[in-house]
Amino acid sequence: MSTTTTDARRNPPGRGERFADWTDSRLGLHGAGRKNLRKVFPDHWSFMLGEIAMYTFLIVLLTGVYLTLFFKPSMAEMTYHGSYAPMNGVRMTEAYASTLDISFDVRGGLLIRQIHHWSALIFIAAMATHMMRVFFTGAFRKPREVNWIFGFTLLVLGCIAGFTGYSLPDDLLSGTGVRFMEGATLATPVIGTYLAFFLWGGEFPGTDIIPRFFAVHVLLVPGIMLGLFVLHIILVFYHKHTQYAGSGKTEENVVGMPFMPVYVAKAGGFFFLIFGVITVIAGLFTINPVWDLGPYRPDMVSTGAQPDWYMGWTEGLIRFMPGWEWVIPGGYTINFGVFIPLTLVGVVPIMMMAYPFFESWVTGDRREHHILDRPRNVPTRTGFGVAWLTLVFVLLTAGGNDLWATHFHLSINTITWTVRIAFFVAPVLAFWITRRICLGLQRRDREKILHGRETGIIKRLPHGEFIEVHEPLSQDELHKLTAHDQYAPLELGPSVDDNGVVRKQSPVQKLRARLSQGYFGEAGQIPKPTRREYEEITSGHGHH
Amino acid sequence: MKKLSARRRHPLAALVVLLIALAATGGLYATFAPTGKAQADETSAAQSLAVEEGQKLYRVGCASCHGTGGQGSSDGPSLVGVGAAAVDFQVSTGRMPLQQQGAQAPKKPNIYTQKEIDQLAAYVASLGPGPAVPEESQYDPAGGDVGRGGDLFRNNCAQCHNFTGKGGALTDGKYAPNIDGVDPKHMYEAMVTGPQNMPAFPDGVLTPENKQDIIAYLDEVGGDEAESPGGFSLGGLGPVSEGLFAWVFGLGALIVLTIWIAARTAKARKS
Repeated sequence: MSTTTTDARRNPPGRGERFADWTDSRLGLHGAGRKNLRKVFPDHWSFMLGEIAMYTFLIVLLTGVYLTLFFKPSMAEMTYHGSYAPMNGVRMTEAYASTLDISFDVRGGLLIRQIHHWSALIFIAAMATHMMRVFFTGAFRKPREVNWIFGFTLLVLGCIAGFTGYSLPDDLLSGTGVRFMEGATLATPVIGTYLAFFLWGGEFPGTDIIPRFFAVHVLLVPGIMLGLFVLHIILVFYHKHTQYAGSGKTEENVVGMPFMPVYVAKAGGFFFLIFGVITVIAGLFTINPVWDLGPYRPDMVSTGAQPDWYMGWTEGLIRFMPGWEWVIPGGYTINFGVFIPLTLVGVVPIMMMAYPFFESWVTGDRREHHILDRPRNVPTRTGFGVAWLTLVFVLLTAGGNDLWATHFHLSINTITWTVRIAFFVAPVLAFWITRRICLGLQRRDREKILHGRETGIIKRLPHGEFIEVHEPLSQDELHKLTAHDQYAPLELGPSVDDNGVVRKQSPVQKLRARLSQGYFGEAGQIPKPTRREYEEITSGHGHH
Repeated sequence: MKKLSARRRHPLAALVVLLIALAATGGLYATFAPTGKAQADETSAAQSLAVEEGQKLYRVGCASCHGTGGQGSSDGPSLVGVGAAAVDFQVSTGRMPLQQQGAQAPKKPNIYTQKEIDQLAAYVASLGPGPAVPEESQYDPAGGDVGRGGDLFRNNCAQCHNFTGKGGALTDGKYAPNIDGVDPKHMYEAMVTGPQNMPAFPDGVLTPENKQDIIAYLDEVGGDEAESPGGFSLGGLGPVSEGLFAWVFGLGALIVLTIWIAARTAKARKS
């Protein structure tokens, strides 16, 4: 850091040192590096799910740049005379023709296209999985709520990037997707028609939508995503990583390995492993064979037209919704068959985004949390999470109802009705079952703490009784099983005070108390053993 | 004569006489049998024989649903005017005779010989005029334009059969079957006759050349020698199978890697 010239050193500084000094005095890298390169990260495989998302995102960006060099985002019509014989003489847009060229004439084009598409699918799957990990371990709690919103926004933007990218080749499948979007836009009451004309620059399909989607796909959305992604990472460094409970781990420390050199090496290697796996998949398995699909024409449609998986739940909403519509006075149509699903497309993700705030309102907990929950220890939250996933799975089933029908020899009508019922019933059942399982696991933990692990060794006592030998848990294990806090449920108190005056209780307070009872009341958690219970049982009597 | 009478007691004499007698009978029969008449009227005689044989087969295999005279019943439609092409398609793909009443007759192993099918077809064709079994030159994939066929296929067929003929679901358990590996003759017959839940595409709607183009396209994308430039096709079902694959094998493999990496932690230096 020294810039003085009166340094009484014998040797003049070497070239490396001078370079380091030059950069440090201008960029302040030493200070930032000393602080951040030594950041400690805990070791657990589930903490690397976000890393999968990060690296697949990078792969998508890298391959996307290559594709941009050859793709022509134009809806100008032409007749194809390229190297793919089955399309010879077919009229198509330049966008579709250039996608065929990328697939058959550009060196490595098909491989890069398939890497791009496969890693996009895996990217969003990895984000979703990462989000599940964060949710089920309660890592979204204070101080990480903002980062949860960043992550959520990244997921939504990832879906938008995916949808626009899926639409760019202008093949018969993607055009059907764009038509779907147009239908949804038209279903917006009152302004739908105007909105559709605004977005498409006129009547569907027009000549504007592909260039517009191109700008959104390669510039707008990836730009915002990159920015959010950097913020997401900065916040991870700033908050420090969460960790699972264990001996020596507290809310004040992080136990693990330093970023430099351990995680730099691990993460760098992991990047290449992921790139390798995806390249192998892309080399072996077709994705989106646009040459089979044909160019988009508004008068054509194919069965089995589904969006990529992350939009599949929106397809499901449309597929199982009854086609209700009203014609209101004045001759305007309100298309509930599309409008209600469109509303739910907003509601389902927002439920997920809002959850951290909902939970902190119920618990009223203002403390910071850096030690993660085991999912079983918060049965209600875990139940909500599983219920939400069940809902999405039901919708995905609806979105692929035709394939369920053909592959399992079922009637598509039966599937549609099953899904309509399951949409309301399955999440409730999933919530209830998950909560019961969590409570069961808590009871087992309690058993293990108080009586030890069942060893499977049967002992016969002198008087003939058979007992199973239980082995007490190690201190480490005991700590893991008992480290979590258990909230006391919120008590509303008596409705009248000591003097018989009615205490004011707002409906919101009552709701909060009821929710708190549900989360932490008798039915919501199994009390963990107290120190006294433990000592009482472990001292004294020899058996158990 | 002496020679002959001298040898009439020869041990082989009886055999020789027998051979001569047989040759004579055969020869005489060949000469005098009414072959001339048969040649002149061969087609109609064979036809009437086939119709007769076909009617016998019909009574055994088809009459319980389609009625004793092909007039139809509550269990099966009338066959008057469906033509030989319909019979050839339905029977040689095993769809008829029907296994059981249901949403749609599934494809199953055919138990009739081609000759029997021709006889059945002749009988049904005799009930009323209908499309005949196509000639090979009509359905040979080599004679069609693949590009135009693809266009026609996407315009007329893909709604039910999927982009490349992998099949799709219809209402109430009905379905459009997968066309991969279907005999081009059957494709042609299906287009002409509209079997099961499929609409018919008579020559006024899709000309014979159009039909051949579609067959050429299907042979290109789903025939035995169809290429899949991108690798394994995962059933050609589109994003649903791709998404499933991305989750199970893509993300699955990567999660296995995370577990592997996390299990190999650096050892703290002991000081």
